Parts: sequence; C-alpha cells; structure tokens
Amino acid sequence: MILKGKAWKFGDSISTDLICPGRYFHLRSNLPELAKHVLEDADQEFALKMTRGDFVVAGNNFGLGSSREHAPTIIKLAGVSAVLAKSFARIFYRNAINVGLPLLECDTDNIEQGDEIWVDLGTGIIENKTKNFKLSAHPLPRAMLNILNDGGLLSHIKKHGDFKLD
Amino acid sequence: MGKTLAEKILSEKSGQDAHSGDIVIASVDVAAFQDGTGPLGVRQLQKMGLDKVRAPKSIFFLDHAAPSPRKELSNDHMLLREFSRKSGAILSEVGDGVIHQRLVESYAKPGDVVIGGDSHTCTSGALGAFATGMGSTDVAIGMAMGKTWFKVPETYRVEVEGEFQPGVYSKDLILYLIGMLGADGATYKALEFGGAAIRKMSMEARFVLSNMAVEAGAKVGLIVSDEKTKQYLRSRGRVKDWRPLMPDKDAIYERMIKVDARKLSPQVAFPHTVDNTRGIREARGVKVDQVFLGTCTNGRIEDLKIAAKILKGKKRAVHTRLVVVPASRDVYLAAMKAGLLDVFVRAGGIIMGPGCGPCVGVHQGVLGDGEVCLSTANRNFKGRMGNPEGMVYLASPATAAYSAIKGQISDPRELFEKSRRKKTKKSSKRRKNR
Ligand code: SF4
Repeated sequence: MILKGKAWKFGDSISTDLICPGRYFHLRSNLPELAKHVLEDADQEFALKMTRGDFVVAGNNFGLGSSREHAPTIIKLAGVSAVLAKSFARIFYRNAINVGLPLLECDTDNIEQGDEIWVDLGTGIIENKTKNFKLSAHPLPRAMLNILNDGGLLSHIKKHGDFKLD
Repeated sequence: MGKTLAEKILSEKSGQDAHSGDIVIASVDVAAFQDGTGPLGVRQLQKMGLDKVRAPKSIFFLDHAAPSPRKELSNDHMLLREFSRKSGAILSEVGDGVIHQRLVESYAKPGDVVIGGDSHTCTSGALGAFATGMGSTDVAIGMAMGKTWFKVPETYRVEVEGEFQPGVYSKDLILYLIGMLGADGATYKALEFGGAAIRKMSMEARFVLSNMAVEAGAKVGLIVSDEKTKQYLRSRGRVKDWRPLMPDKDAIYERMIKVDARKLSPQVAFPHTVDNTRGIREARGVKVDQVFLGTCTNGRIEDLKIAAKILKGKKRAVHTRLVVVPASRDVYLAAMKAGLLDVFVRAGGIIMGPGCGPCVGVHQGVLGDGEVCLSTANRNFKGRMGNPEGMVYLASPATAAYSAIKGQISDPRELFEKSRRKKTKKSSKRRKNR
C-alpha cells in the first residue's frame, strides 16, 4: 500500500509532553477531543491545518518521555498516516506498533515542511516527490512486524491466543 | 558466557538461556497502572473480554490526580475502582502514594519482572528487579496473561568510585550521567550501576538512580541485591522477599562508564530537556518562583530529612513558594513523626497529600507564564508543569531547599563550607583558650 501526503516537519526530542500535553490529562478518556490537541506544544498550527494522510517528520528521539500510549494513539486518530524520524524513543516505538501507527526510521534531514511524500510500507521506500529523491527506512524487527501486520497487539493476541513473535 | 543482571533475570523468568539481542517471553510478577494510563488499559482489556487478571500482583494506583481536581478524572477513578473490584486487582487509593514509591515499599522484590504503565517503573530496578515502563496495551496484556515479551537489552555498566562531597547526592550523579549520555544515549539498553559509591549508598539514594534511567532512554536501571537491599526490605517488614542477586564476574557489557564521585558538583538540568544539565555554577542566581520538593524521584523520607535540616529555623524567600509532597503515606507519617512537616510549614511551605503533586501539570502548583520552578522531579519538558510558558529546572533536594531560602538557585555546598568554617573557628578559639 502506498501512503501519500504532505510532510509536517518537527525537530529533535519531540517529547510525549509536546505530543499529548499533561494539562489535557482530563481528556484521556475522550480520545477524539484529546486528538484535537495533538502536538500542540510543538506546533500550534498542526492539529488545525493538517489533512488526513499527512506525515509527521522529525529528527532524533521522537516520543521520548512518558509511557502514555495516548501519544501515538492521538497521532493516529488525527489521521497521520505515518511518523518518519531519525530515531524513536523505546516506549513510544513499541506503543506505536501496538496501536498500529506505522513508524519509519530514516534520515529526514532533506525533507522539508510541505514536501509531497509517498511511502510504500511493504518495502519501506520513501519518495520525496517535491524534491525528487528516494530513501529507504530501516526495516522493523521481526517481532514488531508480526504485531503490526496483525493490526496491533490486541488483534495479534486475539488471532493467536498468545504471543507469536517469530 | 557470563550474564549481566538483565540477562540473569530474564533467563530465569523466560526459562531459556537468554542473552542480549534475544527475544524472550517472560512471566510477569507485578503489573501496575496509574490513573493516567489505567483507564485506557482497562478499556483494552474490556475490548478483549478479559475481566480477570493473571499477573500475581496486579495493581491500580490512584496517584497522578489525587485527589481528583475535576469530574472527568473522578470518573476515571471510578472506572479503575470498579475494575479492580471485579478483576481481583489491588487498588491503591488516593493518598496512598506514587506508584513507584509504593512498588518499592510493598510489592517489587529482587529477581522480579515488573511492568508498569508509567515510564518511571524502572525505579524498582534498584531492588534488583527487571522493572520497565510500557504503554497501556502492553501492560494490559501482561496483566491479563501474566507474561509479556522483551528483547533482552545490552548493558552499559556504570562504575562509580570515591565519596561524594558534602552537599552532593545521587541526584547530582544521575543528572550528570544523563547530561553525559544524552536523552537517547542509552535507548534500548540496560543501565547497571555498581562500584564502591553505589555499594555504600542507601536504598533511598539508589532509587533515584534507577528512577531516572529512562531519562537516558534506558529500558531498565539495575542495581545488585545486597545487604543494603536486605536491610531495606527488613525495614518494610519484608525480609522474606530478599534474595541476593548480582551479575556474573565475566558478564559482557557493551560499554563501561567510570565516574569519580569526588569530582561531582551539584548539577542542575535547565529547561526544557533533562540532558540539558550543567554544574551548579552556571545556574547560580537564577530567580526561582516555586520550589517543588517531592515526586517518585526525590519525595522520600531521606530527601525530606535533608531538606528539613537546611530549612530548620529558616524562612523561604518572600517571592519563592515552597511546595512539599511526600511520595507516600508512609513517608508522610515518618515525616510527621520526625517533626519535618513542622519545619516545612514554619519555613513558609505548603504540604500536600501523598501523590504526584504538581509534577505532571494536572493540578497543585501549575506555573504561570514565564515562571521558574526548581523541582526535585525527573522531568522538565516544555509544558511539563501544566504550562508551556513555564520553566522547570531540576536538582537535588538539598539544592532545592537551599534555593528556597535564597530565592534563587544556590549551591548547597556553601552550607557545609559555612559549618566547616564555624567549626574551625571554634576549634581555633578553643586552642587559644587552652
Ligand atoms: S511523581 Fe511525576 S514522574 Fe513520578 S510517577 Fe508521578 S507524575 Fe510520573
């Protein structure tokens, strides 16, 4: 499947506090409302102006900080098709796969705000249509690929009745 | 091949000869949620029709919004209470304390696998438990099935030798390490702390190191289970939970980091990242609007004692608010008994009920635009204390207490210099009199 959308560019160290601010703690049981504030403290325009299918593109250590699964969940709910970053924080990475938000680890330096991006999740090939170049993402570890392909951890367990990672 | 602490525990718990890089399925001894991550976890379980818990200790902690400041959170608390009752999980009520403090006090033990829907679950690593934070779905599944999967991490060994100068504490050591490693310097790795300085350290001081392992990206922050661990568990009436645990002598480490404790000065993490740490000299003079003493990092009795000793008979600066939050009910009681609460209140402080307090910006001490808070917590991300225009600096309880008096970030070593000077004066006087 090819995902197509515009790039929204963010910097390094985008914490879960920036993605899902603590002051909206009371909205955690109201995910559609919470999703309206996604990434608000990193870029106030993002939630208002992004369109479904767009990509979040960032630098190093995306998603550092708390274990709140609400962070990848509201990125997905807002309609972001995938997050591209140079690296991801550990808990965020696992959470994103569990909730079925695709992550692509790649060199994002040459992607700019507004670039038209195509991503082939099957091959991990990323195409920057605006600047006309291709990148390939580091493949997911097999255990994670199995979970993602099953549609997240819940569906994985439902399907196999247990962990089935290799 | 010798094993690290992480490899040893995961081998035991998975029943296979586990080495770094392996994927294992390990049994879970403790699965925990707090009130911010629990509701999503419960809903995931309900979606699967799982209404019983299988992890031997499954616990829900009401601590982040305790007591609840608004109806949405009160309703979340109701959901967790009801699920605990039906599922057989343990409920830790409002006022019992912060998840990680309660886990080390009463639940986690050496050799355990502990998973928690909170990133600082790594705190229990100081007891020799493989303790790590995960998201709601992972913890929910671990709670319901009594097992979870891990990639066995490679280990960075941190060897700390020498003695700390007076006024320098384990908080300064871990801030220094995070500054050195960077916020992603140990991503996916296990940190294992050892060396003479760690052997000497109290459990309370060790918890600070393990608590903040995640701030360097680490999965766990492990420390051996030794006599100090045994003493601690005995003091909690849990000596039966103790067992010795250490890495093999020929364990293989990916990296060795050596630190000389004598050379450390008090450290301060500047806004807005934890790895933005500098020696206190560079922070000196920053005006402080609020000092926050508490959290799962530094809200323990030893921390409150250190702060109270500095604040005794003194007053906070007129423009500096002082917020004190004991990490648990037992810490609160011990502080009361030792007369510490009296010291804080007389110094112009305000004491709040056990829990997370203002740490995560839900309530109780949210910062105004441009205000500076000097906090003993573990995180200072933008927006952390409820306002992206607030500035959070992190430091030890001693630095926090002394800065509250001065109204600006100040070096607690001055106190020891002063008392040393006084002592030498006295003794030289005595010499003269003789
Ligand atoms: S005290 Fe702060 S860091 Fe610790 S669990 Fe509570 S919110 Fe998290």
